[in-house]
Amino acid sequence: MAIRSFLILFLLFFLSSLHPILSLYEDQVGLMDWHEQYIGKVKQAVFHTHKTGRKRVVVSTEENVIASLDLRHGEIFWRHVLGPTDVIDGIDVALGKYVITLSSGGSVLRAWNLPDGQMVWESTLQGPKHSKSLLLVPTNLKIEKDNVVLVFSYGRLNAVSCTDGEVLWKKDFEAESLEVQQVIQCPSSDLVYIVGFAASSQFEMYQIDASNGELLKHESAAFSGGFLGEVSLVSSETIVALDSTGSILLTISFRNGKISFQQIPISNLVEDSLGPAVIIPSSVTGIFAIKMNAITMFIRVMGEGKLEVVEKTNHETSVSDALPISEGQQAFALIQHAGSEIHLTVKLAHDWDGNLLKESIKMDQQRGLVHRVFINNYIRTDRSYGFRVLIVMEDHSLLLLQQGAIVWSREDGLASIIDVTTSELPVEKDGVSVAKVEHNLFEWLKGHMLKLKGTLMLASPEDIAAIQSMRLKGSEKSKMTRDHNGFRKLLIALTKAGKLFALHTGDGHIVWSHLLQSLHKSEACQHPIGLNLYQWQVPHHHAMDENPSVLVVSKCGPSSDISGVLSFVDTYTGKELGSLTLVHSIVQVIPLPYTDSTEQRLHLLIDADKHAHLYPKTPEAIDIFQHEFSNIYWYSVEDDNGIIKGHVLKSKCTGEVADEFCFDTRELWSIVFPSESEMIIASVTRKSNEVVHTQSKVIADQDVMYKYISRNLLFVATVAPKASGKIGCVTPEESWLVVYLIDTVTGRILHRVTHHGSQGPVHAVFSENWVVYHYFNLRAHRYEMSVIEIYDQSRADNKDVWKLVLGKHNLTSPISSYSQPEVITKSQSYFFTHSLKAIAVTSTAKGITSKQLLIGTVGDQVLALDKRFLDPRRSVNPTQAEKEEGIIPLTDSLPIIPQSYVTHSLKVEGLRGVITVPAKLESTTLVFAYGVDLFFTQLAPSRTYDSLTEDFSYALLLITIVALVAAIFVTWILSEKKELQEKWR
Amino acid sequence: MEKGKGVMGYGRRWAVDFSDNSTAPSSRDIPDPPGFTRASVDQDESAVSRQKKDAESNWKAQKAWEVAQAPFKNLLMMGFMMWMAGSTVHLFSIGITFSALWQPISALQGVGKVFEPFKDNKVDLLGPKLLFIALNLGGLALGVWKLNTLGLLPTHASDWVSSLPPAQEVEYSGGGIPLQ
Repeated sequence: MAIRSFLILFLLFFLSSLHPILSLYEDQVGLMDWHEQYIGKVKQAVFHTHKTGRKRVVVSTEENVIASLDLRHGEIFWRHVLGPTDVIDGIDVALGKYVITLSSGGSVLRAWNLPDGQMVWESTLQGPKHSKSLLLVPTNLKIEKDNVVLVFSYGRLNAVSCTDGEVLWKKDFEAESLEVQQVIQCPSSDLVYIVGFAASSQFEMYQIDASNGELLKHESAAFSGGFLGEVSLVSSETIVALDSTGSILLTISFRNGKISFQQIPISNLVEDSLGPAVIIPSSVTGIFAIKMNAITMFIRVMGEGKLEVVEKTNHETSVSDALPISEGQQAFALIQHAGSEIHLTVKLAHDWDGNLLKESIKMDQQRGLVHRVFINNYIRTDRSYGFRVLIVMEDHSLLLLQQGAIVWSREDGLASIIDVTTSELPVEKDGVSVAKVEHNLFEWLKGHMLKLKGTLMLASPEDIAAIQSMRLKGSEKSKMTRDHNGFRKLLIALTKAGKLFALHTGDGHIVWSHLLQSLHKSEACQHPIGLNLYQWQVPHHHAMDENPSVLVVSKCGPSSDISGVLSFVDTYTGKELGSLTLVHSIVQVIPLPYTDSTEQRLHLLIDADKHAHLYPKTPEAIDIFQHEFSNIYWYSVEDDNGIIKGHVLKSKCTGEVADEFCFDTRELWSIVFPSESEMIIASVTRKSNEVVHTQSKVIADQDVMYKYISRNLLFVATVAPKASGKIGCVTPEESWLVVYLIDTVTGRILHRVTHHGSQGPVHAVFSENWVVYHYFNLRAHRYEMSVIEIYDQSRADNKDVWKLVLGKHNLTSPISSYSQPEVITKSQSYFFTHSLKAIAVTSTAKGITSKQLLIGTVGDQVLALDKRFLDPRRSVNPTQAEKEEGIIPLTDSLPIIPQSYVTHSLKVEGLRGVITVPAKLESTTLVFAYGVDLFFTQLAPSRTYDSLTEDFSYALLLITIVALVAAIFVTWILSEKKELQEKWR
Repeated sequence: MEKGKGVMGYGRRWAVDFSDNSTAPSSRDIPDPPGFTRASVDQDESAVSRQKKDAESNWKAQKAWEVAQAPFKNLLMMGFMMWMAGSTVHLFSIGITFSALWQPISALQGVGKVFEPFKDNKVDLLGPKLLFIALNLGGLALGVWKLNTLGLLPTHASDWVSSLPPAQEVEYSGGGIPLQ
């Protein structure tokens, strides 16, 4: 005991005398951490290959990224992540040197320098009303020697100068209720056509002089059947549309300003009716595609509005836009799925039967269907055309196909991670080991020679580089087995595309990936949405032979009462063990703190009718559950109507969904926030797997405070409804922020604070007995962070040493929330410079190590801030004893130490979340930050006190040992000699 | 040490006995000188030796008391050192404190040895021994007190509850915002 308290004091002393800086040395970057850059699902791609420079493709993605990729290897030349609200509507390349992007619903037009991605200009476009936004970069349209970009947005057509972003002319279309569909440039003249629908049954066509924006002609024609969805442009003066029932094809021609309709019922083209059709948007001259259920049809437009079906297929098909190749010819690519292969066909627009190219490529089943195709050509050495095709798959990955092979692929699904959990790796056994052994003796010797050279400082710069790369690529860290320190784990990530990835924590490589069948569109499940991941089975004590598995919870559509889907995935192999389409919906998933004999965790699923369903559906599970039945509660935070409700399980279900595993629930308590003054904006609880080492906190002078540690605490923040908007839209008098600490078993409000003149957004993190939250203070015009610590006052009189020595206390006996302990809270607020994107707290295996807050800053970096800075016991002049305890003198703002950025010089673009996982080593925690990029590192909040650091000088230790042994030998020999001499004397 | 013995062992081949046999009337043929009575010499010698022995035992007793009082000086010095070391935990104060604890303990272990030279059936060693023990215990107490002032003794409630795990909760509650 004495030794421990001595150690603790010593540690505190050490910490207080030494400011903890967790910075890295330059050569340590990449040893523990890895960083991966992604871009997200590609929406649009523009190739830039006709110059002699580097071949590249510029893409825009659904994660609002514009990036320039190397066509050879798929690497990112440059990349810009626009904000989450800055959705990209269109991109194009102008003048061969600018990338033009239209974003934010058509209000922001930007030009980026193609080689390096620097922004050249930005202009803001406004207009009278909301409309579809279209970007058109005409090939050879000039106004006063100025190349222009045509942008249709907010009901206005703008001509913008390419060189400086100045609006040259604009034309409003506000009078009409025009729903614009296409902006078409006549290839031969300076005319621009704008076509669209008005009042759902009126076809409108405007002819505009592109040089000055003058309206030359306006024609409209009514069609009684109405229009449906997209249109397909089949020539510069003809479009194809569908009527509102999806059964009649309309060929609309507006040659020379005369509108003429041609109606052809689809039933004329195909005999059997297959239901309503949709047009697949494309822009191939003379050909368009429609899709009816699973059947895709390609239809050629002949002269005089005659249509001819050229191909009908029930394979999944994707088609690219047209690519102009020599003298008015257009080529386009077609990709069809056939089993495990995809067939790529490149055809000329006017010649359906002849193929320019036909290739079959073996495709990984885990990538799903082809969603988008982009085609580009190059000239081969024999002067014929070669084609390369960029395809976007269902799992959001991006692949470049050329000469019948996949040249490169990017797993861009990882840019849109929904949820992450971790899994252990297999235990190392003979025969199971997947680890690579050192290649051969020579390599091994060479490596050690290099290392020796490095330690003896004899290495040349090349050797140092070699040593560094050896350190970074150490086979040890990417082994596929569990390690002693628990650093090697699998990160299981669920992406928006419904694909599950397992990433190795050592170097971030993908161990396996699996496109979930249950998240595949099917008859029963039309729009599957992945929701969350839970650890289903974590075998450790008994059942060591079982593989761990995760539970993926998803549902079939956006509404809350639609049925849910569960799937179980083995984390060693990535195989889907099974999936269940449930009869009930899923509104809440509650992992219970009980496991069965095979270490399967019991889960309670709450449906929209407030029935609770127990999983797994086994008799053993129900036995365990019945045992704890009366102690299980659940609560729901209904943030749209400002109510928090607590429920208790009542009895077995009655009614139509009745089965053994279904339970009725009864409302126990509710907290109703007055809707005119409070609105819930955030709620946080403790992580259910958090380990707390001790219930007491030793403060200065060996005094004790007892923490109020409860898993059933909920932090809720509400703001004035007026102040729920952006910062600056309300005065400080009108806005307030109220935070509550609520016991979720009894509904008792333990603490309530009002911050006048403050507003959200609120980011909060709850751990042990404290909660830290971040908000905006309108009066001070700064962000603030506050901390609340809760202490159990009813235990405070447990101070008799003898009782404690003899164990005659009730500090560890089980407690009930109904005992209503008296609590006191301590809180303090500080200014903080940054706004936040995410906040988390480090967690360690035993919870002994001090905590650090991990703050995802607005600059997409992760900052580690010691919890000691957010200690409500900080005061301006701490006493000597308090200083010894490690209390930092109070300052009005929290310091940001540049060295404490966990992400050092890197950025995790589009940061959305930070998770921490304890390693087996108590001092160390694993941190994974995800957004568009991924970043992983190891952190030791109190330094690595339980292991030798990476830079520990083993050489010095070895030399010392050798020297000591040598000294022992020498002295022994000397003493022997001397003894002999003594004897002879 | 061994080699000395060895040399001696082998070196002793012959010996001359120089012992004085004068006390015993070894030779009858040589009479005692006139006025010499063997008995008186004997008596005298014994008186002298008794005197000597008395002086020696007095000296021993005195020495024993001195030895018994020696820890007192030590105590004072230790006190001074402790005062110098201050009450914060660092290498110096830890060293001082542990030596302050170790010295009395080792001294107490060797009480018998310390008073070995003064062992005499005429000298009463109980008093010095008790004093010695008392002083050393005082030193030990000083060390313990120092240990306590450094906060290294588990005499506070905090030392006993610092590792108590949090109490288990009877109820379990889960939930939150409905899944979107």
